[in-house]
Amino acid sequence: MASAAIPANQSPKTNYLTNGYSLKSWLLTTDHKRIAILYLISITLFFFLGGFFAMLIRLELLTPQGDLMHADTYNKVFTMHGIIMVFFFLIPVVPAVLGNFLVPLMIGAKDLAFPRINLLSWYLYIIAGVLFLHCMLVGGVDTGWTFYPPFSTSASNTNVIEAGLAVFIAGFSSIFTGLNFIVTIHRMRAPGLTWNRLPLFIWANYATSVIMILGTPVVAITIILVAAERTLHLGIFDPKLGGDPLLFQHLFWFYSHPAVYIMILPSMGVISELIACFARKRIFGYNFVALSSIALAVFGFLVWAHHMFVSGMSLYAAMVFSFLSFSVGVPSAVKVFNWTATLYRGSISYATPMLYAFGFIGLFTIGGLTGLFLATLGIDVHVTDTYFVVAHFHYVMVGGVLMGFLGGMHFWWPKISGRMYPEAWAKLSALFVFVGFNLTFFPQFILGYVGMPRRYWQYPHEFQVLNVLSTAGASVLAVGYLLPMIYFLWSLRYGPIAEANPWNAAGLEWKAASPPTTFNFDETPVVTWEAYNYDEIDAKPQEVPVGR
Amino acid sequence: MADSHATAVDTAVASPQLRHHFADMEQQKNAASLGMWLFLVTEIMFFGGMFCAYLVYRTKYFNAFAAGSQQLSIGMGAFNTAVLLISSLTVVLAVRAAQDGKRKQLVSYLVITVLLGLTFLGVKGVEYREKFEKHHVPGPTFQFTDTFDDNGKKIPVDAQHAQLFFSIYFVMTGMHALHMIIGCGLFTVLTVFAWKGHYSPGYYTPIENAGLYWHLVDIIWIYLFPLLYLISRHS
Repeated sequence: MASAAIPANQSPKTNYLTNGYSLKSWLLTTDHKRIAILYLISITLFFFLGGFFAMLIRLELLTPQGDLMHADTYNKVFTMHGIIMVFFFLIPVVPAVLGNFLVPLMIGAKDLAFPRINLLSWYLYIIAGVLFLHCMLVGGVDTGWTFYPPFSTSASNTNVIEAGLAVFIAGFSSIFTGLNFIVTIHRMRAPGLTWNRLPLFIWANYATSVIMILGTPVVAITIILVAAERTLHLGIFDPKLGGDPLLFQHLFWFYSHPAVYIMILPSMGVISELIACFARKRIFGYNFVALSSIALAVFGFLVWAHHMFVSGMSLYAAMVFSFLSFSVGVPSAVKVFNWTATLYRGSISYATPMLYAFGFIGLFTIGGLTGLFLATLGIDVHVTDTYFVVAHFHYVMVGGVLMGFLGGMHFWWPKISGRMYPEAWAKLSALFVFVGFNLTFFPQFILGYVGMPRRYWQYPHEFQVLNVLSTAGASVLAVGYLLPMIYFLWSLRYGPIAEANPWNAAGLEWKAASPPTTFNFDETPVVTWEAYNYDEIDAKPQEVPVGR
Repeated sequence: MADSHATAVDTAVASPQLRHHFADMEQQKNAASLGMWLFLVTEIMFFGGMFCAYLVYRTKYFNAFAAGSQQLSIGMGAFNTAVLLISSLTVVLAVRAAQDGKRKQLVSYLVITVLLGLTFLGVKGVEYREKFEKHHVPGPTFQFTDTFDDNGKKIPVDAQHAQLFFSIYFVMTGMHALHMIIGCGLFTVLTVFAWKGHYSPGYYTPIENAGLYWHLVDIIWIYLFPLLYLISRHS
């Protein structure tokens, strides 16, 4: 980096954004904050690409006939929507953007433990992304994001191998992020920052990283086996050759169920930060919220077979997995109850991040409770592969993750950009997102319950009203997602300059400048207080933060 | 850079290998070491998927697996096991030499390790070639005739299930061999750096971490050998 070019006496003006303007200073940066920005840009592009496919799906389903595209095209469209949204958006979005930016800041470190591996993980993401875009342009893939054999190994004549390879490489990107976080959180905390003083966002990212490390390699080898089966005609999953497709499903869901927790846990961490700040209270039951993240990571690994209740399992195995799936409700409920308990007698203010936090609690509760329906064997058999399932996982993965991500983006935008976003527009877009989301996905619960299967491009006439509602909701939702992108970009230039701590929030990241300098802190901070010490902060509001 | 001031002071007294974001060499070493151990965990999970597939099909089609196993050469497998065990020893000796700051010893142990790794790969290549000749490679050309156990009793075997054994054999040993190739490349690079004198008793983390990787690849083979070569051969 161009350190020589900047005289030392200008140092207060130099931050991580102004430290070098060349393309090289961005593409070869090892600064965790710049890498977070690189991720933000690339992940946003993939989000809108995935959203484009979502709109195609909703447009096709506006009418009962298959009039917009052929069945084959529709198969490809929902597959690309799924793969892009799961592997290129939901899994990396909060850890790679907010986590990358905040983990070192929150623990008082200068950078992640392995800055070059951090950069490598972004490049792997880009390579995977480009590979997938190529796969898409030369005809796409139609297996569904789950790559189930034997269709994926012998029947499908689309680019399964290339898509699989893209997912494989994206997986390594996520493994490296997780590895980096775990080492950083273990080894680089500021003096005095004990585990019990860590922000809950850190606990959540730690739990996520554990899942990334333990789960991702399994899906990696599974995808390799699918590719080997397609090219070399091995018979590991193909029943024609003596293999067992159920083995694939077990291996796939062993990762892909915990992957849901990779997505939702960091968002839960964001929500804990938001609730504490805008209720001006220490989070209720800090230890329980922290450990519930770890519990979710552990339980998350023990429930995968509830995706397979109808694909051929012994009744006893199904009962055990059903019971274990219910038990995931406990740590999830611990979080929701403790957030609401934190609100009790808090001095609540309704800034945009808090609106998203409320949205999260509402949507996650609906998503979580309908998960209990699906853990129940009898009901699951009835609604398997219907829109009920689609609505359920969108409530958790989109309602949950995106609410957390957008809430976090608004909360930390002053830190990231040094500018404030326009509050009125932000509140409007939060409203659009909440209303649009519910309008899109609540009708799908009903559709699924009365029997509309997923992954079909046509449906009987009696389902049309609810489908029209859903498509209308998707349009509102799209506006809600486009607005923040526009006003965030606008605020980069025209937004009011942000102070170091505009929310008067706890947390080390607010003691750094806005935007932070390249090495975050002039002096390594020494922590002598508990997390979320809002009663102390509000008792002496004039206190000037340490690092300007 | 904004606070090059503070870091310049920190690094001035410390070793040149200390990177800016660490407080001292010990923190850096601990971080690198923890990172490596976590990476090894991901490797175990990676191979774990294949061991799981092995377990399922060995239980389902035990006869076919036993018959397939009979076709593997115990001699070459055992020889390779010995080669890998010795190479693990030379890796340990290399780490020791690095700790003691003995550059020439370090270089020679690293070179021996690479040579042993290449020997393993060579023997593996001979074994693979044999499989091609006997049509034991899965695919349209696969052939498998009835086999007999050591007492001359015929083992009824479904050729498809035997093919499954060889599928798993090739996937597992192939992945293992890929890790060996990466390891050999890694140690070659380390040899060059060691020759140039990059390592000292105060800084030898790369040698130690590459050694951990090598041991893991070694341990995986220690499991692969009995699981693939020695099924039902205890009589």
